[in-house]
Amino acid sequence: MAMNWQWEVFLQDPGGAYPTYWQWMLSAWGWTVSVALLALAVALVLGSVIGTIRTLPESPWLTRLGNAWVELFRNIPLLVQIFLWYHVIPAFVPALKEVPSFILVVLALGIFTSARIAEQVRAGIQALPRGQRYAGMALGFTTPQYYRYVILPMAFRIIIPPLTSETMNIFKNSSVAFAVSVSELTMFAMQAQEETSRGIEIYIAVTGLYVISAFVINRIMAFIEKRSRVPGFIVQGGTGGGH
Amino acid sequence: MNFDLSFYNWDLISKFVAKGFYFSILLTIVSTIGGVIFGTVLALMRLSGKKVLDVPATIYVNGMRSIPLVMVILWVFLLAPFAIGRPIGAEVSATITFIAFEAAYFSEIMRAGIQSIPRGQVFAGQALGMSYGQNMKLVILPQAFRNMLPVLLTQTIILFQDTSLVYAIGAYDMLKGFETAGKNFGRPIEAYVLAAVVYFVICFALSSLVKHLHKKIAIIR
Repeated sequence: MAMNWQWEVFLQDPGGAYPTYWQWMLSAWGWTVSVALLALAVALVLGSVIGTIRTLPESPWLTRLGNAWVELFRNIPLLVQIFLWYHVIPAFVPALKEVPSFILVVLALGIFTSARIAEQVRAGIQALPRGQRYAGMALGFTTPQYYRYVILPMAFRIIIPPLTSETMNIFKNSSVAFAVSVSELTMFAMQAQEETSRGIEIYIAVTGLYVISAFVINRIMAFIEKRSRVPGFIVQGGTGGGH
Repeated sequence: MNFDLSFYNWDLISKFVAKGFYFSILLTIVSTIGGVIFGTVLALMRLSGKKVLDVPATIYVNGMRSIPLVMVILWVFLLAPFAIGRPIGAEVSATITFIAFEAAYFSEIMRAGIQSIPRGQVFAGQALGMSYGQNMKLVILPQAFRNMLPVLLTQTIILFQDTSLVYAIGAYDMLKGFETAGKNFGRPIEAYVLAAVVYFVICFALSSLVKHLHKKIAIIR
């Protein structure tokens, strides 16, 4: 198949806020990174809290609350959750009507991912030998203390490999923000494809940016894993599903 | 805020949702079967120990796993007409995408499943004079499938949720059915709420089933 490339398409003027398509694309990449990083922050905070309370001894209601949270946000597709945040929740909470869709997408993606991170945090805590917990208790630590000084530092190291794939997932899942017109990379790809009819060039560039993002995160997480390793423990990662 | 319950009636289901529901389910089943078959081939290529097979399969799997599904959906929708030479519908394009995309994820699961079988099983098959194909078909793959069944089914639930992303190319799936109904009757809020409930009930029921199955399999082993 003979292909005549027209990479000059990126120098054309889209006739909007940006002078050229490539500048628009870089700004879209910035939006992708912003959505993903902010959602990751939300997901890490919520996921750690929810995952931890699911393992607390003698608090059946907190455990139930955590389990309900995970089941609720894991069993509804991300796109549907984004529509709920965008169309449904502002109708019940008028204060959210003024909030830009960018923030709503961050909340939706962050909470969606928090359910998955909570599951990993729980698994990480439960993977520790029970003796660690008892050792903390024997030293006279209170529950918050032995979580803070004994259990969580080890549990978070154990779950770095699944957290790596979850961080890569959050970048990929940020593409769903196109559905509520956040001008991130996928939205750019769809619009620029329509306007210029040079879909292949546009898609190659956008796909390349996604691959670069995934690679960079992978390297950063590998670095964190290496730096945080506790001597004497070999933590093996596994392969998993999920997107 | 008025929430109109009369929106939930039989017309909504029969005229708008049923068609989309049928497509979502069909897409899930077809791409699970297609994805597992293609994924198993990819896994065998990666485990073959031959560079000619291993390298392309690894590039394919890692490539697919590093780009968003929405981009793959858009790519296939853009390229398929060139490849086939005539325009194809969004539904056919979505089916091709999901088989190709999910194969990468299923191949990782199958690879782990095959690697979980003790090497002695391979040697036992060889000692019985089995060819590579016979050994895989009769000894290794049945055990790998069985070990990985809960993980494969979990991936299928994720796949079912992902079918909603065909929204990007306007294919008529279940979510699209709810959305269209919401637009037609001017009741988007009720439509999205019911969509969320239906997805939740289906996925929650399936994942409870998988958990149950997981326990059953764990006891036998």
